[in-house]
Amino acid sequence: MIRIEGLTKSYGATQALRGVSFEVPRGQVVGFLGPNGAGKSTTMKILAGFVTPTSGTASVNGIDVTVDPVASRRLIGYLPENNPLYEEMMVRDFLDFVAEVRGIPKARRAERIRSAVERCGLRAVLGKDIHQLSKGYRQRVGLAQAIVHDPDLLILDEPTTGLDPNQIVEIRSLIKELGKEKTVILSTHILSEVQSTCSRVLIINDGRLVADDAPERLGEREGGTVTVVLASRTGASLHPEAIRSTLAGVAGVTGVEQTEGEGSGTLGFRLRYGAEDIRRSLFEAAVRHDLCLLEVKRQHVSLEETFRKLTGGEGPRGPREPQVPPLAA
Amino acid sequence: MGTTLAVARREFRSFFNSPVAYIVIGVFLVVAGWLYFSTVFVAGQASLRAFFGIAPVLFVVFAPAVTMRLLAEERKSGTLELLLSMPMRDWELVAGKFVAALGMVAVGLLWTLPYPLTVASLTAEGARFDWGPVVMGYLGLLLMASSFLALGLWASALSRNQIVGFIIGLLLCFAFYFIDKFAMVLPESIGELLQYLSADYHFTNIARGVLDTRDLLFYLSLTAVGLALTTRTLGNVRQ
Repeated sequence: MIRIEGLTKSYGATQALRGVSFEVPRGQVVGFLGPNGAGKSTTMKILAGFVTPTSGTASVNGIDVTVDPVASRRLIGYLPENNPLYEEMMVRDFLDFVAEVRGIPKARRAERIRSAVERCGLRAVLGKDIHQLSKGYRQRVGLAQAIVHDPDLLILDEPTTGLDPNQIVEIRSLIKELGKEKTVILSTHILSEVQSTCSRVLIINDGRLVADDAPERLGEREGGTVTVVLASRTGASLHPEAIRSTLAGVAGVTGVEQTEGEGSGTLGFRLRYGAEDIRRSLFEAAVRHDLCLLEVKRQHVSLEETFRKLTGGEGPRGPREPQVPPLAA
Repeated sequence: MGTTLAVARREFRSFFNSPVAYIVIGVFLVVAGWLYFSTVFVAGQASLRAFFGIAPVLFVVFAPAVTMRLLAEERKSGTLELLLSMPMRDWELVAGKFVAALGMVAVGLLWTLPYPLTVASLTAEGARFDWGPVVMGYLGLLLMASSFLALGLWASALSRNQIVGFIIGLLLCFAFYFIDKFAMVLPESIGELLQYLSADYHFTNIARGVLDTRDLLFYLSLTAVGLALTTRTLGNVRQ
């Protein structure tokens, strides 16, 4: 459905995109994450046919957005950032205008508008001027405008910004609903939004794609922590320092930290690990040293932590470690 | 074509739904009417010549006033992004805006029709009111307006600020109106060139009652240049 290759974009001296490539198959709901100014909006603007890329290609259904912009735009419904609307227009007139510019034949226009109004719950405000609407309703008008021509692809740039929690839930469920039959690409700052609505996450930072995975797998790849509670199998007393160095020697462990055990005769540790699962080697090490694992609990890094780590913000556990490029497999 | 008309219709409606339309057209009618009728009775001639002398000068101010918000406002409010991601060519959008502006001026001119009708009814008995120059005069005004509006539209595309759009538009129209007014102090060859570039010179020709292809071509090419520049500027907005 979407194919983007080596996309770059510079605005004067600032480089907004430095070579972004990805593909999105039909029917996927993709979340675009990244700090402000990372290039999310720019990528979406290029895809929507509003901005011309400096180099690289973007195509929708095989139609290059710069070669045949009119044809590619026809396939797309676009909700720009900040949802610009004609404030002085009535909702009904505005949708009618968009439908007409979208080239929907007159015979089908009323029916298409009715269906968009129905889906976005706009019936009550059809006769109101747009500037009179609440933010939630405005957002729905923006969405209705984007789906009035029943496009295959929806591009939604920060569709829930500035809404209250109730409105966010409404808009999200609407997007989920739309995602059942359309390809959706949406950008957001809210990480839980990605987890609740998207089947795939693209994280973009400083004009480059830094991660591309399912939201639940993204944390997995980044590792996490294993909390263990140990006891001696033979009843011998445990030396915390000796055990700490034993655990630190287990393959895959990147850090050891003592925590509380479960009373006398037990010791607790929190082990940090990288990409590979350490549970098996942990078990083997325990057997070798006559230790008994009373509890093993694994926890992936949360999406928030992954996001901070990938986009250069500070992680919850202090400054991030220097990034080491991954070794070739 | 359909999209152009959709854009034009929306613009036209929003113009007449705002007080701007009534102020611009109202002031135009008051000023034009005042200047015209204060001379027509003094001259004692049943002709519209005085009106056609005043209207072009007024257009220098009123054409940019009509066009100033057409694109500047879309840029400022962000709705231009909406329009530029619709399935239409940039020139279709520009054409839509232009048609709307021309429609607004046409409506304004429609309200001046009572002038010739009044004058025709005042024509002395036995004499015949000559409608030829009047029809040509109105045609000339529309042609002149279209070239000024195209320049004004370009000015409006250049900035997010309507006032900046107005001032640039005013300067452009002013330049094309007054360019030949200093011709007499210049060498003849340059004078002729300036005369050819003058919007007022060509209007005077048409208002005399003869439609020369050269005059027609002048206005059409000035309009085309203005619209082409507007389209180009929109292309730069995409950069």
